[in-house]
Formats: sequence, structure tokens, C-alpha cells
Amino acid sequence: MGQSDFLIEVEDLKKWFYPKQSLIGRRKAPLRAVDGISFSIKKGTSIGIAGESGCGKTTTGKLLLKLYDATEGSFKFDGVEMNSGMTKQELKDFRRKAQLMFQNPYEALNPRYTIYQSLQEPLIIHKYGTKEVRRKKIINMLEKVRLTPVESYLHKFPHQLSGGQLQRVVLARSLVVDPLFLVADEPVSMLDVSVRAGVLNLMREVTSTMGLTTVYISHDLSLIKYLCEETVIMYLGSIVEKGPTDKILFSPMHPYTMALISAVPSSDPDVELKELNINNSITSADNIPDGCKFQDRCPYAQEICFKQEPLLQKTKNDHFVACHFSEEIGGKQYENRLCSTRSYG
Amino acid sequence: MEQMIEEQKGKDSELYIILKNSWSNFFNFFKEDRFAMVGLIIYLFVGIIAIFAPVIAPYDPHEMLRYDGEYRTNAGPNSENILGTTNMGRDVFSQLIYGARPAVLVGVSAAFMVVLIGTLVGLVAGYYRGKVDTFLMRVTDVAFGIPFEPFVIVLVAFLGPSIWNIVLAMGLLLWRDTARVIRSQVLVVRERGFVESARVAGASNFRIIFRHITPNILPLALLYGSLAMGWAILTEAAISFLGFGDPSAVSWGFMLNDAFVSQALSRGSYSWFVPPGICIMLVVMAGFYIGRGSEKILYPRMNQY
Ligand SMILES: Nc1ncnc2c1ncn2[C@@H]1O[C@H](COP(=O)(O)OP(=O)(O)O)[C@@H](O)[C@H]1O
Ligand SMILES: [Mg+2]
Repeated sequence: MGQSDFLIEVEDLKKWFYPKQSLIGRRKAPLRAVDGISFSIKKGTSIGIAGESGCGKTTTGKLLLKLYDATEGSFKFDGVEMNSGMTKQELKDFRRKAQLMFQNPYEALNPRYTIYQSLQEPLIIHKYGTKEVRRKKIINMLEKVRLTPVESYLHKFPHQLSGGQLQRVVLARSLVVDPLFLVADEPVSMLDVSVRAGVLNLMREVTSTMGLTTVYISHDLSLIKYLCEETVIMYLGSIVEKGPTDKILFSPMHPYTMALISAVPSSDPDVELKELNINNSITSADNIPDGCKFQDRCPYAQEICFKQEPLLQKTKNDHFVACHFSEEIGGKQYENRLCSTRSYG
Repeated sequence: MEQMIEEQKGKDSELYIILKNSWSNFFNFFKEDRFAMVGLIIYLFVGIIAIFAPVIAPYDPHEMLRYDGEYRTNAGPNSENILGTTNMGRDVFSQLIYGARPAVLVGVSAAFMVVLIGTLVGLVAGYYRGKVDTFLMRVTDVAFGIPFEPFVIVLVAFLGPSIWNIVLAMGLLLWRDTARVIRSQVLVVRERGFVESARVAGASNFRIIFRHITPNILPLALLYGSLAMGWAILTEAAISFLGFGDPSAVSWGFMLNDAFVSQALSRGSYSWFVPPGICIMLVVMAGFYIGRGSEKILYPRMNQY
């Protein structure tokens, strides 16, 4: 066990994808999927990563699970640097402690394995107990995710279960080895709306009883509001705003965050619509301009935004934001809108 | 509940289920396509004949038959020899029945080698990608560049004409199609979610390749094995017909060669050389039918054209 309060500490982490260069013609620029992000996660808390599709959320999640090697930067897990120099055994230890929950439950399980086999696999890999002990553990885990009666699920194949049931199996599989850390990448976006709340409530309950540190990746701000203490907003591989979830969602300081919030549909017709429309053109991660990455979509952009990239700075509101004009444009109350958005709970 | 789990105990070994599922997939495929079914039936029929050859065949295929002290050579079909006899007085029908044995031996062992080598090469190339892939695919290209039958003839002439050398020579080249197809399938399967989820669970490369990817490509590998069977039998026949075959094995190709050199055609002994020709045609057709069925299933939209 490390001494640090933080389970995850990320410092200027980068992941660039290098496209295949053709022999002739201009060298293609690398695709900067994650472009220098820093944040830390306290043990036992959860953090949400939000942003539109393609902004690097999944890549960030995979970096945190060592499914990708970082191009640059430092990533500490429980106080230990996770660099390429780690041994096989260290990596295997890490694989037990850090788990992933996929967006697509239909793909996350081997179609030729029964549920029992799928749950047993991580236990076998990590040499957990005898066969008898493993069986008890699996049954116990399936009960925890409320797939009861357990015996009716054990020997089924994935195609015999519904999406919601599968996602519970996936959750059980990732938690069966008693991990410390869980990344849930869009955990309910593939599920029917009717079963989402059930799965999310279950995740919240199970992760808190097990004392897990969690990262929820989602473009759905109401999910993040419901589940996460802290929030990180990403845009084109960079963090534009981070801090406690209520501060970010109730008084955003970055125009991109404001736009995300105003895109959440409100269920209360009396709430005054404070729309912030942004330009719909999307800059791609392999063609990033100088200055602020958000410049061409920002309604407030001024000359400085085209020349100088704003750094992530602490605001008077106690969170971090990367915008030259956050003091002027930020701090409007968006409270009403998200308070009335009660999709979960 | 405990009791029910106990009952499953013997059956829950991972390998058992993987094998069971691959086999049932393999057979479902034959059920779905009538041509493939016909192909499979031909293979099974030849297999049964090979196993029971001594029971079915009325004579030893090498025995020179004598009736009333006279060798009966070049006889047409008669009550004792339903397909007549050869110029050396051997029973053609018995030779035809025994000819199923080298066919099955060559077909099965060549298919086994093809599945084994082709699958391993395809798995390693597709899974590791990069330099390993480039190297293995260049080796495959070289294998594709070598003309098949001349290679087998040269190798068999070099190692000596035995049926095992023919099988070896074919195995050394025939894996090339399987390797390419399996590789491209592995490239697809390795990107699927459950492979990544196995990696997150801490599975080693070895485990991912053999426990997660292999079961998903095995039906395809078995299919290519069935195709290789037809090819191998045809090749053995061709080699034997050209006179490079195993002289001690009575194969259908050997029968054709025997008939050819003793001028059975000009004598009009059709009952001698037509039946082995039909047998060769049937097994090659079986391979073709199975391949045709596989294309229909792998590319369902082909039916429209
Ligand atoms: N393996 C990869 N190779 C090349 N580019 C990738 C790869 N994975 C992701 N990308 C690119 O990186 C960017 C971020 O992707 P991703 O992290 O999946 O975004 P998100 O999960 O936020 O939608 C996208 O532009 C995507 O096309
Ligand atoms: Mg994603």
C-alpha cells in the first residue's frame, strides 16, 4: 500500500497516435488523442470524465488501465510510477487491482464462454483459492449484482441474456478479483433507457460498499452529477475544466462546459432556457490550431485566443479552468437546469 | 443449488465447452447447406469403405487370380470379378475398395497438417502483427510462389516415393491458404471487446490466443481442413498417375497409371479405369461442395447474384 492519499496521480499525460506514413507526400501529423492532462483521484472517491465523442475519454481510460503505453507524462497508481519499466509480475498485480467496465456489454464477454466460465477466468489467472473457494466467490458476486436465482444464470451463454443482465455480469466479472480501481466507460449508453437507472444504482451501491475508486466516462452530465464527486471536462484531448461536480455543473467557467450543460434537455418547462449555442464544426485531433483549441467554436473568442493557449488555472470559484476570459463569462448559475434533470436516483 | 453445481462439475472444464461448441458450429454449418451436406456424406462414405475394406473386398488387391490353374488377365466384368481383372490378373473391384485407404490416409493427414500449421501461422501473425506478421506473411507469399504439384514431385523423388513423403510434401505447401484466411480473421477477432476484457483481467498472450481467439476461428480452420482433403486426394492421384507415387499402395491414381501403361484404353477395358476416375471426381467434388457452402455462409449476399 502506498502512503499517498491519492490512488491515481496523472501528470501531463499524453497519448499520440502516429498514422502510417506513406513513402511519398507530406508527413502526416500525429493524432493527439490525449494531449497533456493532469488530475488526481482520492482513494475511495469517484470522478467523471465528460466531453463530446472523440475528445479522448476512452483513450484516457485505457491509459489509466495500461492498455496503452503513454507517449509522454507520468502516471502513478497508489504512489507507484507505472512506466514501461515495470516487470511482468508488477503488471499482473496491477491487472488485479484495476478493472474496466465496457460500454458494450454484448462484446465484453467471450460468446463461447458460459457466465460461470467468464467469471472464473480472472480468478484462475490470479490463482485465487481452490475450485471450491472460487465457486463460492462467483456465486457470491452474482448475488451482489442481483442476478438471482444465481443457478439459473451460471451456465447460460451471453447471447441468452439481455443487455442489462449482461452489464451486471460484466460488473461482477470486473469486481470478482476485489480490485481497488474501476474505469466504467459509458457503462449504460448501450442499454435500454428503462434499465439504465437500475444498473447505475447497482454500480453506485456496489462500488461504495467495496470502497472502490472509480472513473466514470460519459457524455451524459446527469449521470456524472448522480455518481461523481469530481468532474473533468475534456475537449480535443485537453482538460478545459475540472473540479468538484456541483461547482462545475452549477457554475461553469468555460464556454464549452456551458454549451454541454445547455445541451442537456430540461424536463421542466418552466425553467428559463439559457442556451449557449456553439458552432457545430468539429476540429479534428490531428489538425489542432495554435492558441485555444476551442477558438473556432467559441462565441467569445478574441484575438488572444488565436495566439496563446490558455493554461488550466485555479479560479476564485475553487475549480480549474483553461480559458482567457473565464472571469468575465463564467459563474452564471446553471443550477436550475440540472437540478430539474432527475434522470436517475 | 450446490447439487446442481456438482452435477456440472465434470462438464465445466473450459476445454470441454470450447471443443463442444466448435464442433457444434462446424456441424450446424453442414446442416444449413445441402451441397456441403452432400460433400460431407461423400467423405464419410469413403471413410467407412476405407475402414471396412478387408470385409468388403472379395480378394486381396495384389493377388494374381487363377482359375483352373490359368491366370485370368484382362477379363471383363463377370460373376467372380464384378469389374473384371487387370492385365496382371488382379481384381479391379478389390483394388477400388482398397484404394479408399490411401485416399483417406492422405486426405486426413494432409488436412491435419494444413489445419495445424495454417492455424498456428495465422494466429501468431494476426495476433502479434508488426514484424512477426510481415515475416510470416512473406514466408506465406514464398509458399504461394512455389508451384504445388512440381514441388511435391521433386520432394517425393528426393525423399523416396512413400505415401508419408507425399503427405509431408503437401503439408509443407498447402497450409498457405489457411494461414492467410485465419490471419485476417484473427485481425478481426483480436479487436473485439472480450479480448480486451481478457487483457484487463490479466490474461497472458498465450491464454488470449488459445482460450479466446482460437475457439472463434476454429470452425473456419476446420472448413479449410475439409477443402484441403479434396485437394490432397487429387494431388496424390495425379502424382501416382504420373508414376511418382508409392508403388506398394494401391491408390486410385495408381490404378489409373496401371491401366494407362498397360493400354487398357485402347483395349476398351472401361470397367478398369472409369471407376477409379469417378471415385477421384467424387472426393474432389465433395471438397468443392463444402467450399461452396462455406462461401455462402461467409458471404451471405453472394446468393443474390
Ligand atoms: N487505436 C487508435 N489509433 C488511432 N487513433 C485512435 C485510436 N483510438 C482512438 N483514436 C482517436 O483518438 C481520438 C480520441 O478517441 P477516444 O478516446 O475513443 O474518444 P472518446 O472516447 O472521447 O469518444 C479520436 O479522434 C479517435 O479517432
Ligand atoms: Mg469512447
